[in-house]
Amino acid sequence: MISIRIGEAEFSVADELARLEALGGGAVASFTGIVRGDGALASLRLDHYPAMTEQQVARLVDRAMARWSLLGVSIIHRVGEMRPGDRIVFVGTASAHRQPALDACDFLIDWLKSAAPFWKKESFADGTARWVEPREQDAASLERWKD
Amino acid sequence: MNVTHLDILYFAWIREAIGMDGERITHPSAETTVGEVVAMLASRSAGHSAALGDLGRVRAALDQRFVPMDTPIAQTRELALFPPVTGG
Repeated sequence: MISIRIGEAEFSVADELARLEALGGGAVASFTGIVRGDGALASLRLDHYPAMTEQQVARLVDRAMARWSLLGVSIIHRVGEMRPGDRIVFVGTASAHRQPALDACDFLIDWLKSAAPFWKKESFADGTARWVEPREQDAASLERWKD
Repeated sequence: MNVTHLDILYFAWIREAIGMDGERITHPSAETTVGEVVAMLASRSAGHSAALGDLGRVRAALDQRFVPMDTPIAQTRELALFPPVTGG
């Protein structure tokens, strides 16, 4: 099962996990990304490149499926306006045993951060706003997945 | 048949600095690189120059695939220019 959803709608982690658990494997791993509430953040806007986003995420999923033995992958990435505490992103993986599910989940969130066309803009309580800059650590994280 | 136009798309602060989502230009010759197209676009206005003047801050996709700046545009139809991505 491969499920990729990019959109404004909120989502239920429980529903996603239930779908992955129903695939017959012995392991499900997941990551949920949430809008941080630090620094007087009022809202977060996520822009993306609609014509490219879904196919680029599908390419990342294909790479994970080729590298690990997986029964299913579910990716949800929200776009549009969000508030502190809202869920932004979900990555879920299912496999027969735990290691492929854990590793593929880790791989997918690393690559989603660095190789999918999303951009975050933060707006603060005092009326200022700024586009988020990539963190150096994100690039370093990718190094772990070099063959 | 040769492609006659190249659609340029802008995202995030590059879009804001230029003040538009994109524009259509006459298709440069196939061997022109992405970096050369960006340099050409940077001279169009003060906003273009602010957004695209520093190549180190710009990333590109040709027909929805990430490419380095030295990639020839060949017969592609869509060049997207944007800052480094920050999803996840």
